[in-house]
Amino acid sequence: MTRYVAQRSIESLIVLAVMSVVVYGLIGLMPGDPIDLMINANPNLTPADAARLKALYGLDLPLYERYWNWLTAALGGDFGYSRLFSRPVLEVLPAYLGRTAILMGASFVLSVAIAIPTGIWAATRPYSRADYVINLLSFAGISVAPFWLALLLIMLFAVGLGWLPAGGMQTVGLDSLADKAAHLVLPVLALTLLSVAGVTRYVRAEMIGVLRQDYVRTARAKGVPERQVVWRHGLRNALIPVVTVLALDFGALFSGALITETVFAYPGMGKLIYDAILGNDFNMALIGLLFATLLTLVGNLLADLAYAKLDPRISYG
Amino acid sequence: MAELAAAAPRSLLGLTYRRFRRHRLAVASALLLLVLALAAIAAPLVAAALGVDAETVNLLGRFQAPSLAHPLGTDELGRDVLVRLLYGGRVSLIVGVAAALASAVIGTAVGLVAGYYGGRLDAILMRVTDSVITLPVLPLLIVLAALDLGKLGLPEALTQSQQISLYRIVAIIALVGWTRVARLVRGATLSMREREFVLAAQAQGASALRIMGVHILPNVVSPIIVSTTLSVGGIILFESILSFLGLGIQPPLPSWGNMLTGAQELIWDAPQLVVYPGLLIFATVIAFNFLGDGLQDALDPRAAR
Repeated sequence: MTRYVAQRSIESLIVLAVMSVVVYGLIGLMPGDPIDLMINANPNLTPADAARLKALYGLDLPLYERYWNWLTAALGGDFGYSRLFSRPVLEVLPAYLGRTAILMGASFVLSVAIAIPTGIWAATRPYSRADYVINLLSFAGISVAPFWLALLLIMLFAVGLGWLPAGGMQTVGLDSLADKAAHLVLPVLALTLLSVAGVTRYVRAEMIGVLRQDYVRTARAKGVPERQVVWRHGLRNALIPVVTVLALDFGALFSGALITETVFAYPGMGKLIYDAILGNDFNMALIGLLFATLLTLVGNLLADLAYAKLDPRISYG
Repeated sequence: MAELAAAAPRSLLGLTYRRFRRHRLAVASALLLLVLALAAIAAPLVAAALGVDAETVNLLGRFQAPSLAHPLGTDELGRDVLVRLLYGGRVSLIVGVAAALASAVIGTAVGLVAGYYGGRLDAILMRVTDSVITLPVLPLLIVLAALDLGKLGLPEALTQSQQISLYRIVAIIALVGWTRVARLVRGATLSMREREFVLAAQAQGASALRIMGVHILPNVVSPIIVSTTLSVGGIILFESILSFLGLGIQPPLPSWGNMLTGAQELIWDAPQLVVYPGLLIFATVIAFNFLGDGLQDALDPRAAR
């Protein structure tokens, strides 16, 4: 087991390292570099000054040398300055990370809490009217443009009914928990609606498959109450692939968070990455992307471990 | 005897078609997509009939109510909404289908090679595939969409053309979208590789390329078709997201996604402008998803349902 975890961790680190090279290279291909932007902002800068600045920041070096300098600094804990925030990126990051964690965590818990009972409800009545309706709604959920759903929610709850704020994190000048919570309702609702459909489909499909198994028939034949058959014999086995899918979908949930945060102007990681890329804040974009990748990789690793935990038949030597 | 005649052999295609027809939502979706495609093709005709085009700005005629001249009214720059929706449909359908096909080609090639050769090559290719699957796709697509193509050394005539955002989005989606097909094809190829007809071809000295292309590929085409159809919907969503964020299809070329850029302000002035493009994206994507579902039932009847 320890050996397996170690092996998988090393693999994840390799993927992360390759990602850092790829993203670093890609960011070098984006329009403009920091000094060009300075020149645009300050017309008094002469080309000689610009060249000196480029040399100072090492921007005249070839790409691989620049990457190497970045990497050695990064491994020493120095990820550089953010252009947009004028502060070290590591100082900016935690607050944004925390806000995204709240958004994603709340949506994740809610969507699982809704999807598992709904999926089971549908699976225990396959091809009934209820199943048909749930199926249609799930198809609708995976087919709607995420930003459009968010816009519709704003139209309904913020513009039409006026119940909730349309965006942002808190009302300016007001620092109350209730106000912050009100600002969270629509983003969380949007992200939940987006992810619940996919999870429901998986739960339903897995559950239908499991309920066909011989051991379920045996349990029923022994006279085990139906509720116990479904929740104990059925769900426990159906959960195994569902957990994997949930962890693999972590990247998708993060993508959803990026869109939700952008539409609702909610200052989280997704919006930070988006703003950093558009604002030529390369250090920030780089660390944001690598962090998102790292979280996804950790999610996958945890899924594999949960897999072994839930299914005693699987053991990693 | 009469019964036997009635059970006369049907072609594989006929059987598939009969199974497909039973999935009523899939049939309805196919019809809907046909209508949408025809409407998109007819966009220039509609524009000519109305005497408008998709890009001319008329600041004096903003937010007009529906009329004979503008059946769905005008947008925040006074452009005809109906014609823009039709041209946007072209973009969405072209990007969706082209990127799905490109992904299918890359995925099939990777899957065939990995499955047929096996061994270390297979291990490397599948490790790469797994890594790409785990990446956070949207942030990566945003980076790829923000690249300066001039720095890549592409000819200026190409990077400055109006269609470049269209080509670019197809290319970057294909770049991350091939993994599912690759895994499917690899799995199918692994089992095909051991079959007698492949052994026979090998014994006759057929080249690896010929075995993969002529003997294995036709046998793994069903899952490719299903998976590719199912991927079109997701691709159209990604296109609309990137265009909405201002990184996909670049104005003045209209797309359903970029018609919603800045829609947060439109909500107050003209909510119908927010509803139409999103509704069309929704209808198109759900139709592709139902179509894929129906094709799955028809082409792979053994799959557990």
